[in-house]
Amino acid sequence: MSTQTATHVRPRARTLAPRQIVLSVLGPLTALVGVTWAIAQPYRITLLHPYDQGFWWLFVQPPLWILLAGLAFHLFVARPLIEDLDA
Amino acid sequence: MQPPAEHVHWMFATGFLLLGLFLLAEAVAGEEVWRRRRWRAYLWPSFTFLMGIFMWPVMTFFTNSTIHMVAHGAWAQVMMFAGAAELGLVRGKLTNPLWRLATPLAFLVSGLAFLLHEQNQWLFQRSSFLHHFLGWTLVIGALFPLLRALRPRWALANAGFALVFVVVAVALYADRDLAPVFGHLSPLAGQPHR
Repeated sequence: MSTQTATHVRPRARTLAPRQIVLSVLGPLTALVGVTWAIAQPYRITLLHPYDQGFWWLFVQPPLWILLAGLAFHLFVARPLIEDLDA
Repeated sequence: MQPPAEHVHWMFATGFLLLGLFLLAEAVAGEEVWRRRRWRAYLWPSFTFLMGIFMWPVMTFFTNSTIHMVAHGAWAQVMMFAGAAELGLVRGKLTNPLWRLATPLAFLVSGLAFLLHEQNQWLFQRSSFLHHFLGWTLVIGALFPLLRALRPRWALANAGFALVFVVVAVALYADRDLAPVFGHLSPLAGQPHR
């Protein structure tokens, strides 16, 4: 009877081509720009001081929108594209 | 309930940022890989068309002079025209390669609309500066879609085309209803907002 419960998993070495690297950093880099802007101008994030703000000032938050745009691009466009480059 | 004008500019800035990212990704991956999934081929032309549609309510509700309204109307029309032409080319409904000139034409018309409807000098206030800046960016930047139309697989033309949209996005994010530019604000412009 074997007491060895750990199974060997073959390491999956994956080398990214330069084009894949560029694609994989585009979204996070965009998101980082949004975060940097939010830190540089925190008063632009009205969610941090929401009282007496109208709907549009609470809804349209450019630094957060850049962050979301970067993440959405990475998840829904860049990732499938990187997979297609692999194929 | 209407958003302030600067908010509308920021929303469009986000649209242009996404457009720039899509095109940059296409330039990096190459047209063949980009079109491997059918929906992706339609992504940026339909996005451009949609932004053109959204420009109409901006023209209707946010313009305070005739020349302003004409400029926004021109942007709405050329964005829809360029988007529709690119959609037709991708779908194969349009086969004449001259349709590829729709996008450089849209850039040129958009740039001229910016330059012609700005009545003040560069440093009058921030929006004046941005109008001049965006106008020249689009007029000079029209070279990239033109080169792309002539040599569709040229990576430099494709990357330049994408980056023009990113520059437009940055400029639109910098827009404020009334604010100084590089420390300059004409007393005729009024009191700066927050």
